[in-house]
Amino acid sequence: MEEALIEFREVSKHYIMGDSVVKALDLVSFKIMKGEFVAIVGQSGSGKSTCMNIIGCLDVPTDGLYLINGRNVGEMNKNELSEIRNQMVGFIFQQYNLLPKLSVIENVEVPLMYGGVSKSERRRRATEVLSSVGLAEKLRHYPNQLSGGQQQRVSVARALVGNPAILLADEPTGALDSKTGREVLSLFQRLHEAGHTIVLITHDNSIASTAERIIRLEDGRIVYDGPTDREKLVHAGPAEGSAEHESA
Amino acid sequence: MSLLESVELSIKNILASKMRALLTMLGIIIGVTAVILIIGLGNGVNIYMADSFKSLGTNTINVMITGRGSSSRKMSVDDMYALVAKNPKYLLRVSPSVRMTGTVKIGNETSSTSVSIGVSEDYFAIKSYTIASGRGLQYSDILDRSYVCVVGSYIAENYFGNNAVGKTLKIGGAYFEIIGVNSKQGDNASGTTDDYIFVPYTTAARLSSTGTITSYVVEIPSVDDSSAAMQIMNDALYEIFMNSNYYTVRSMGEILNTFTSMVNIMVMVLSIIAGISLVVGGIGIMNIMLVSVTERTKEIGIRKALGAKERYILTQFVIEAATTSAIGGFIGIALGYILSSIATNFIKAALQANLPVSPTASSALMAFGISAGIGIIFGYLPAKKAAALNPIDALRNE
Repeated sequence: MEEALIEFREVSKHYIMGDSVVKALDLVSFKIMKGEFVAIVGQSGSGKSTCMNIIGCLDVPTDGLYLINGRNVGEMNKNELSEIRNQMVGFIFQQYNLLPKLSVIENVEVPLMYGGVSKSERRRRATEVLSSVGLAEKLRHYPNQLSGGQQQRVSVARALVGNPAILLADEPTGALDSKTGREVLSLFQRLHEAGHTIVLITHDNSIASTAERIIRLEDGRIVYDGPTDREKLVHAGPAEGSAEHESA
Repeated sequence: MSLLESVELSIKNILASKMRALLTMLGIIIGVTAVILIIGLGNGVNIYMADSFKSLGTNTINVMITGRGSSSRKMSVDDMYALVAKNPKYLLRVSPSVRMTGTVKIGNETSSTSVSIGVSEDYFAIKSYTIASGRGLQYSDILDRSYVCVVGSYIAENYFGNNAVGKTLKIGGAYFEIIGVNSKQGDNASGTTDDYIFVPYTTAARLSSTGTITSYVVEIPSVDDSSAAMQIMNDALYEIFMNSNYYTVRSMGEILNTFTSMVNIMVMVLSIIAGISLVVGGIGIMNIMLVSVTERTKEIGIRKALGAKERYILTQFVIEAATTSAIGGFIGIALGYILSSIATNFIKAALQANLPVSPTASSALMAFGISAGIGIIFGYLPAKKAAALNPIDALRNE
């Protein structure tokens, strides 16, 4: 059997808030294979952000195992985590998170710079990937000279440039109007068709429906993990259940 | 990510906020400028002193014999000549130099500033004096105890209208014929070497009350030999007098060395004080860097998410601090040199003194090194703080 790219084995993440312990993730297990397009969906407080931080190696689990490409992230030191983020993960943030003092092409070069790629090679690859997202004309512009959709495409280019195993997008359309949002989502579709593994974190079901598989989190637990179409049907039931659960 | 790229990046960051960078550097600029100026001024004073002492003769030592009264322990002129002849390596030539007390009268005028001394024929050569007109003292003048004299250029110009040779003047009531005029030594003013009257020491001794020769000028090969020459002279004199209270041996070179080392100590103390402002400047840099880390928390978070290791962030901030303070140091050096040349011209104009404020290249290099070092030291703490930021918290920061 093919090995999973991302594997959570009973992953828990606990935060201490004053006297009480908050279980942001509680025994979560799933696998994501290479080439999948998965949406992790949930309301705020459901644990999806924690989930993203752990997948992106920004954070490590309190308990359980997180394997990325078969390697145990829990045993890595800070430097190794940095390397994994650099080599394996491409982040796409809701607020784009471009560096305002750097030009578009310089922004895209940043991950390559930390990956030790030579200057001329960086320039070449950044130009190439920016052309592929339709920004070949904007290389010398600064982020504040671009529209929101263009900025998000720069951030997609930055995520793609290192050719990472996973594209990790956190509410990528959250700051965009619906038309531009759809454009970005169709860009994701194309990337998925080109073979990229995409993990989309969102609270919005309609955006999640772009993905082919949905993992729904509530209160740090998985309440649904399956194909997108079926999830729509099942959704009505558990949603009420969880409402009861919350009031209890 | 290479060091060069880090420096490039930090220069870019500095240029992005020029005003703030300039204010950050101000402490370093002032400190470096002050250090450079002080060291330059110290050098200038040393050069000025060396110049002044050179005219007094740094290649000579002066011997004064006060003697033991009527005791048999005495040193005659012949003894002194013999002593010098015995030590040709360190003692080259000797001339007695006897101060005369008699009033100098030229025509009807009394010149109270003029100094008359009795010397030998070698005196002019020892002092590197040259005769401007007429002739110098000769051995026969000494032997004959002639009443002849060589006058300084001030006397020749002031009292004789540069036509002194062949005229006479009176010292202590005795008439002396002027046989020569010494070339101009100083700035041709009264009371200086140019206001001297040189007569044969034998004549001077005859006119004095005691008739003994008590002081000598001894030529030595160079300033560096002053210690050795003084040692020989002291040893010889002690053998005769058996008590160091009865003679004094002094060297202009030695005095110059003492002054120079005093000036150097002063310069060092002042530089340290000026150096304190470098430390204050360093603290200023640390302060701004801490603010900058707080402001750039989000940037640090993004960079970390994109795979920057802690040491990259650390290096980036340390290099930024070091670059800031090195640029400050550079400006300080430039400013120091500019102010030095202004000061040199000002001193020349205001005090008519040749005191070149001349900073050394080594002091500039040192100032630059220290300022860059201060940047690294004081940039380390903020950089460490930046590097240790948790990427999640940093990303969440707005």
